[in-house]
Amino acid sequence: MTKLTINLGDKATIKSSDIILLFNALRSAGYSVIGPTIREGTIVYEELTSIDDLPVGWTDEQEGGSYRLKKRSDNAFFGYNVGPHSWKKFLFPPSLRLWNARKNGNNFQILPENNDTPKFAFIGVRACELHAMAVQDKVFMNGTYIDPVYKSRREHAFIVAVNCGQAGNTCFCTSMKTGPKVTSGYDLSLTEIIQDEIHYFLVEVGSEIGAEILNQIPHESAENKDIESADRIVEETAKNMGRTLDTNNLKELLYNNYDNPRWDDVANRCLSCSNCTMVCPTCFCTTVEDVTDLKGENSERWRKWDSCFTVDFSYIHGGSIRSTVRSRYRQWLTHKLATWIDQFGSSGCVGCGRCITWCPVAIDLTEEVSIIRLSNNNSESLSSDKSDFREKHNH
Amino acid sequence: MAHTLDNEFINPNSQIKSPPDKDPMLPCLFSVEQVKKETHDTFTFYLSPCENKISFPFQPGQFNMLYIFGNGEVPISISGNPSDEDRLVHTVRLVGPVTRAMKNLKRGDVLGVRGPFGNSWPVYEAIGNDVIVVAGGIGLAPLRPVLYKLLSQRDKYGKIVLLYGTRTPEDILFKRELEQLRSRFDLEVHVTVDRAQQSWKGNVGVVTRLIHKATFDPLNSIAVVCGPEVMMRFTALELEKHGVPSDRIYISMERNMKCAIGFCGHCQLGQTFICKDGPVFRYDFMHTYLTKREI
Amino acid sequence: MENLEKILAEHPFLQGLESHYLDLIVGCASNVKFDAGQFIFHEGEEANQFYVIRNGKVALEIFSPERGAIEIDTLEEGDVLGWSWLIPPYHWRFDARAVELTRAIALDGKCLRNKCEEDHDLGYQLLKRFAHIIEQRLQSTRLQLLDVYGTHS
Repeated sequence: MTKLTINLGDKATIKSSDIILLFNALRSAGYSVIGPTIREGTIVYEELTSIDDLPVGWTDEQEGGSYRLKKRSDNAFFGYNVGPHSWKKFLFPPSLRLWNARKNGNNFQILPENNDTPKFAFIGVRACELHAMAVQDKVFMNGTYIDPVYKSRREHAFIVAVNCGQAGNTCFCTSMKTGPKVTSGYDLSLTEIIQDEIHYFLVEVGSEIGAEILNQIPHESAENKDIESADRIVEETAKNMGRTLDTNNLKELLYNNYDNPRWDDVANRCLSCSNCTMVCPTCFCTTVEDVTDLKGENSERWRKWDSCFTVDFSYIHGGSIRSTVRSRYRQWLTHKLATWIDQFGSSGCVGCGRCITWCPVAIDLTEEVSIIRLSNNNSESLSSDKSDFREKHNH
Repeated sequence: MAHTLDNEFINPNSQIKSPPDKDPMLPCLFSVEQVKKETHDTFTFYLSPCENKISFPFQPGQFNMLYIFGNGEVPISISGNPSDEDRLVHTVRLVGPVTRAMKNLKRGDVLGVRGPFGNSWPVYEAIGNDVIVVAGGIGLAPLRPVLYKLLSQRDKYGKIVLLYGTRTPEDILFKRELEQLRSRFDLEVHVTVDRAQQSWKGNVGVVTRLIHKATFDPLNSIAVVCGPEVMMRFTALELEKHGVPSDRIYISMERNMKCAIGFCGHCQLGQTFICKDGPVFRYDFMHTYLTKREI
Repeated sequence: MENLEKILAEHPFLQGLESHYLDLIVGCASNVKFDAGQFIFHEGEEANQFYVIRNGKVALEIFSPERGAIEIDTLEEGDVLGWSWLIPPYHWRFDARAVELTRAIALDGKCLRNKCEEDHDLGYQLLKRFAHIIEQRLQSTRLQLLDVYGTHS
């Protein structure tokens, strides 16, 4: 064996033509390989049957309410930004049977579900998406109760992260401090480097298992110039964020603006379609549905993704707590950017921009927040004028 | 508006942290021992575990998710005696599709139970204090375990006052028990109804009007209030007016719940999930949310 | 009379009132007693008194031909019954019925009305106190109207 032994924390390079070997190594290690592929004009995450499924040479153009695929001038494997899917659909299935009940006279039995844990290898996980996983980890694995399905899928997953070589128009990970550089939570991370005719990857090893896999494919020790090239790519990406979000005192800002008139404005545009919650990589709400067969003898309980944008979501006998679109949008945004911090210790937003791109009416949370900030500043200066006046008046 | 999510601030010492030893989404089976009709729309179900030797310890204020085969699941607070761990008691008002289906439950029928979930009323914090229990309507059910607990250790508390308001004399829950409580010398009980015909000899008027009738030391009291949100709001204001500090008033919140373990998101209220941070909250923490519409 | 003065002076309703006003009010006061079931006043009658209830229980009722007597409020020890004496046309709006043996101090409203007209400071003191009672009753009436224990679906 002439292969170099690589360890945790090491950096290496692999040829672009050898990416297929990474693919094969993961498959022979028993992983079901999940990665980007083109479906109905979008780049989504699905199980890949071969390396040919990757969207080689494709990129996307995104804006509020718009997404278009476009041919690239090169053969980049990962030359696109995040699409409508996120990895949560594998770790936190959109629909999951919890148990099955079987009737027997006036009695019944409950049969637990034996959920086998699929072993996923995720290829092409971006920095913002790793942060999104960390956010969901806090929801599902850090409290008194633990979601067993999420936990086992998460712990068995192999992660091949990718540093973003370009920023989308709706991206703002630099504002949320979640990217574009992958910093932790991966087994292997790749930076795709295309210089003239040379096309290769800088690989960083983030775990022992990552090292084991990399040791099965040809690689060379990374040189300084490779590392510098990779750094430059990420720096360039960071400079080209399509959006920004000022997070300074954001929690307090939203807590102080439950009655801001801007919520009415956004309510006039919002369709309450719940797209933003479905594409969001951190949104975790679910409902349960009981499905009973026609004979009424078998009943299954399913857990399904739900959205705080539905009227039913907050229903208690008599009516819904949040019956207006205004209150539902406010709930979503205030949860994501403010109450989340108090609940889980970090923002619920990772700056991936999906909710902006996939909003059919192009509502942009970065814009909504900056307008609320502006009106808050204006009214604050007004109220401080008023208190000045009162003080003077009283003297 | 000061917002800090500090569990101690919400409800000191009352967080129930019992790591589950089994899948919390999986119901246990209980069979109906007895059904008691309390009022035209409220029933008390006495349940015993189908598997022997399961005891069911709980704290006053905690709730269970009750599953009716093929109908679904609802959060219902426990209304029984916390010292009786072998039998589970739930008092249910039939207002939705699942609770209406409960009307058909008979002795021997089986239902699913997940729980107990949530935190408890401040029965330990209240030791050495006067305790004012204010219940509105079905809100008496989640407070009944508090009364059992207080009376089981009567000497540990100062004055105990129960103020109960409901819609009409026909809607009064636990009538016989209330009569027994009223005859005790170590407990002050006042009952009022919103409306009544002439045959009613008791009070007419809202429950807040009972507060001035009760004798307690406002600065050394703990008030526990449960009922419709509007009733709790008015009651807390009236208690404050009578000198009870807002950090000594506790209320129990209700929201939509699907999982009861903080995952489904339905019961979110501001910085909290009612199911795991509550349902019992200190009023000084909760009051900013109570006056915000549709939050 | 000494007894009456003591009771009135200690009653929260008149707390803080200057002593010469208190004397004046005591001059308009008398002890009254109502048996269980006895009406204290009827809707539509002239309202020339109000009552400070010392003990017992009084139901405020309104009668509807279809529904009979509907009780809308209960007043007990320490409560003040009646403010129609203060507001023209000085007629009772409800029936007041003693539910049990009730003792009260009746205050002559006609006499007080005249004194208030003569001395606006006294008028202000009394109105301020009644405004507080009226506000409390209004708040609880609103809460009653909400029918918070109804199902609303």
